Amino acid sequence: MLEIKNLHVKLEEEDKVILKGVDLTVEAGKVHAIMGPNGSGKSTLSYVLSGRGGYEVTEGSATLDGAELLDMEPEERAAAGLFLAFQYPVEIPGVGNMTFLRTAVNAQRKARGEPEVSAAEFLKLVRAQAKLLNIDAEMLKRPVNVGFSGGEKKRNEILQMAMLEPRMCILDETDSGLDVDAMRLVADGVNALRDGKRGFLVITHYQRLLDHIKPDVVHIMADGRIVKTGGPELALEVEENGYTDILAEVQ
Amino acid sequence: MAAPRPRSDLRAETTAARLAALELPQGGFTAPARADALARLQAMGLPTRRDEYWKYTDPTTLTAADASPAAVLVDAEPPVFGAIDRLKIVFVDGVFDAAASDDLSLEGLEISRLADAGDIHWAQGLYGTLEAQGQIPVARPLAALNSAAATDGVLIRVTGRVSKPVELIYRHMSEASDAILHHLVKIDPQADVTILESGPGAARFNTAMEVDLGAKASFHHIRVQGSDHHRRAVTHVFARIASEATFKSFTLTMNGALTRNEAVLDIVGDHATAHVAGAAVGDAKSVPFHQDDTVFVTHAGTHCESRQVFKKVLKNGATGVFQGKILVKPGAQKTDGYQISQALLLDGDSQFLAKPELEIYADDVKCSHGSTSGAIDDTALFYLRSRGVPLAEAQALLVLSFLGDAIAEIEDAGIAGAITDRLEAWLARRL
Ligand SMILES: Nc1ncnc2c1ncn2[C@@H]1O[C@H](COP(=O)(O)OP(=O)(O)OP(=O)(O)O)[C@@H](O)[C@H]1O
Ligand SMILES: [Mg+2]
Repeated sequence: MLEIKNLHVKLEEEDKVILKGVDLTVEAGKVHAIMGPNGSGKSTLSYVLSGRGGYEVTEGSATLDGAELLDMEPEERAAAGLFLAFQYPVEIPGVGNMTFLRTAVNAQRKARGEPEVSAAEFLKLVRAQAKLLNIDAEMLKRPVNVGFSGGEKKRNEILQMAMLEPRMCILDETDSGLDVDAMRLVADGVNALRDGKRGFLVITHYQRLLDHIKPDVVHIMADGRIVKTGGPELALEVEENGYTDILAEVQ
Repeated sequence: MAAPRPRSDLRAETTAARLAALELPQGGFTAPARADALARLQAMGLPTRRDEYWKYTDPTTLTAADASPAAVLVDAEPPVFGAIDRLKIVFVDGVFDAAASDDLSLEGLEISRLADAGDIHWAQGLYGTLEAQGQIPVARPLAALNSAAATDGVLIRVTGRVSKPVELIYRHMSEASDAILHHLVKIDPQADVTILESGPGAARFNTAMEVDLGAKASFHHIRVQGSDHHRRAVTHVFARIASEATFKSFTLTMNGALTRNEAVLDIVGDHATAHVAGAAVGDAKSVPFHQDDTVFVTHAGTHCESRQVFKKVLKNGATGVFQGKILVKPGAQKTDGYQISQALLLDGDSQFLAKPELEIYADDVKCSHGSTSGAIDDTALFYLRSRGVPLAEAQALLVLSFLGDAIAEIEDAGIAGAITDRLEAWLARRL
């Protein structure tokens, strides 16, 4: 479903190369986890896939269901089914969370030639999802992420994901800042979408999230490459021993 | 009266040429006030670029003997306040249109036309008075010109609580029209009125409104200036605000080759409130857009609150100007003065020129001002697009949220909604 081949990325403004040939395939129905030291390029990969500016792809490709993502505008990628839960969700003063969610859902529906949801129907859907994620109704009325706590922001990302029902979900450190209960709620939210047809790429530093969202495959990223791929046991190994042994082994 | 300024030949010539092109109204109850205004104008002369408060805005087209033509916008949009139950008073190129206007009687109001008013006692004491006071310390020659030469306008006395707003509708039908209107609004103590204004008015339009608020009176003013691209306008609002009175004015400017909106607010009583706000959006792609808000708020009473909230969205080399002053007079203790002016520059060619000023002669006051200009937040834009919101729609959302603080100054939700609808339509065409 998501196929990344030999992806090389540098910063647009400087000569700094961040991704140095990433190869990664996520099949439908599977959960892939990416772990790796700080600064290894995990967030950069997620941004480049979702179309953030400031990066230049010098080589390689990334396709979703066969369509080249790198040629699409960010909104087209979203309409094609890609979703990124941000490591640092963005605050947008003056734009209500509800307005934002409804605009997004309807824009994607429109792009796919589907009818828009009515305001009333939408309200019902959001309320139900928000309840599952333990998100206060009052938070839905506030401007997007403004004044939200770290954990509230992360839960708001998952609320958006639940409403948009993407085919390919990338979660960038969604677990950071979450308390134990919130982590379980977020994992439930993700697991609810695991219907065999969607793919997941979960970026995390900790095994704890992977206890709740069981990965099929675990990758280790270091210095802009996937240096090792294995099963769930690889995450346990990282948790136990850190990256030193793994990195030494692949050198 | 303003101190005479050194008169350059250019200034004197311009003033003489402008006056020569006008037919000054004669007689009637305003005759003495008009003569005074003419003397004021002749003493100070029309403005030039060299004047301190005309540095950022070139007054040439406003002071020229003849108006430059402005194509009439064939506007497919319904009237902005069409959904609001209101009393309509229509002027076409500055000429009152009785057939298009409603009957001028409404409980709580006495409305007359300036052009055919008899000797109205209250108006005699007001016409040109607030304008004359507003000439100090900063000269406003185009306002003096207005008092001297206005051909018509409305005189509104508010005696009670009024059931619906009064709308002054300014149609522009003739390409070369040049109109000067002068309105008076006197609000008795505890009385309350909402005045709406809409439309371009004329190819060149000079308006003045003198608003006298009695104790505990309220005045709500919402104005939408016409979108005709080539139109030029200079507007003046002069207000005298008594104790516990509330003055609130909001202006939406979309398009227009030149707009200068002056507000001169004198808070003379205690515990009074004065808010003036504006949202301006301009795209100078095919026709220039230059929009200027010049505001002067004077606090003379104690425990008063004033707010100035101005937001401008500028595109393709459009220019926005804000000159705002808060003057706190000696003894005006417990003043709470606030001023913010912000521009969103949608490209590198557009510019925002701001001159915020505080002048404070009392020690127990709280005054703040801020002015910023910047581009759309790229991170926010990407966040919205990553959720599937198309670029133009994402920009429109962010622009509207930027303008939100100014629109929030409108108390009536229905009117604020009408303004937002207008802005959304403009943004959908322009982004
Ligand atoms: N816009 C940018 N400007 C400068 N440096 C950048 C930029 N984007 C990424 N980098 C650099 O690229 C490297 C990879 O960053 P990235 O955020 O992708 O790491 P990460 O693996 O997500 O790290 P973490 O685990 O700390 O979140 C870092 O050295 C970072 O400083
Ligand atoms: Mg990261």
